[in-house]
Amino acid sequence: MKYIEPHAHMVSRTTDDYERMALAGCAAVCEPAFWAGFDRSSPAGFYDYFRQLTEHEPKRAAKFGIQHFSWLCINSKEAEDVKLAEEVIALVPQFLDSPNVLGIGEIGLNKNSRNELRVLEMQVELAAKFNQLILVHTPHLEDKLKGTRLILDVLKNDKRIRPERVIIDHVEEHTVEMVLDCGMWAGMTLYPETKCTPARAIDILETYGSENIWMNSACDWGVSDPLAVPRTALEMKKRGHLAKAIEQVIFQNPKKFLGQSPNFKLGK
Amino acid sequence: MTRQQVLDLYFLDARHKLIEIAAFLDRAERATGKEDFRLKSFRAALTKLDGKKRHKAKAVLLAFSDPTMEPVAKAASKGASGAYHPQISLIGADKPHFKPARRKSA
Repeated sequence: MKYIEPHAHMVSRTTDDYERMALAGCAAVCEPAFWAGFDRSSPAGFYDYFRQLTEHEPKRAAKFGIQHFSWLCINSKEAEDVKLAEEVIALVPQFLDSPNVLGIGEIGLNKNSRNELRVLEMQVELAAKFNQLILVHTPHLEDKLKGTRLILDVLKNDKRIRPERVIIDHVEEHTVEMVLDCGMWAGMTLYPETKCTPARAIDILETYGSENIWMNSACDWGVSDPLAVPRTALEMKKRGHLAKAIEQVIFQNPKKFLGQSPNFKLGK
Repeated sequence: MTRQQVLDLYFLDARHKLIEIAAFLDRAERATGKEDFRLKSFRAALTKLDGKKRHKAKAVLLAFSDPTMEPVAKAASKGASGAYHPQISLIGADKPHFKPARRKSA
């Protein structure tokens, strides 16, 4: 079944994973800028990373017939150092004209600190200034509820930000409703231990509806599954969801949200 | 899905996970040394499973969550423990007997 992987960190994955995703029906993969598992020591490290996301990774994906798109930002785990963040944010505009860039992301919060919040506001400003879509990372575990509330406050208070152009990712049962109520999109991440299982993600769909929601694997350098989206589609089938309803969630919904970027053009 | 279908599809998996929880509690209780806030929080979350109230997954997640709204002064660590503790949240630092797992950034 054709699907879009709307959030995957392919720089951390092997070429075999691209092949497996292609075999499973992946038409396009979208890669937000994130933490590499260690702190980069200078803006130059981010410059190289942005080149990797905009120049190198699309070529790797294309070898398997998968279109590759990216999001750019400084992630919240490296946002405690505001000076570094300012320098990295200053690098972003020169990459926004790259043909595969969809917007600013994944920005957000990690430990809900004052500096993280300040850097989040700076990046919302960047998105507003350049009229970019926004992809938001919400914190982990015990920090998610508070972080989601703080993030929504920042976004709602900026009248330039249109909610339908924002996706709040990594929602779970305790945060999905407040996101959808704001008119923003919600992303469910299918990730072992710390996020949604396929069964819980489908529970959320059955409880809150499938409008303005997508599913992603967020596969990266940790224990994660690049086939989590098609695996969840299979679970939906087991539960009796019709093919059209499954296609809505794994293909049409991400296509609708991402299609708000002029750079998101799917090949035939 | 009918309730029967839900049971057919998920009962054995849920039973397995429930036994894992029971075994985890047995393991923690027979271990030596002090317990920390995580076990207390875990027991509090377990009470959310009792009764006929709906949205149990949400209630469990809320039981583990930081309910405050004030940003912390500084993010001194990157990890999360899985359970809210006011002091750890406020200082954002590791306690001597507790080191948050280095959760990753998905």
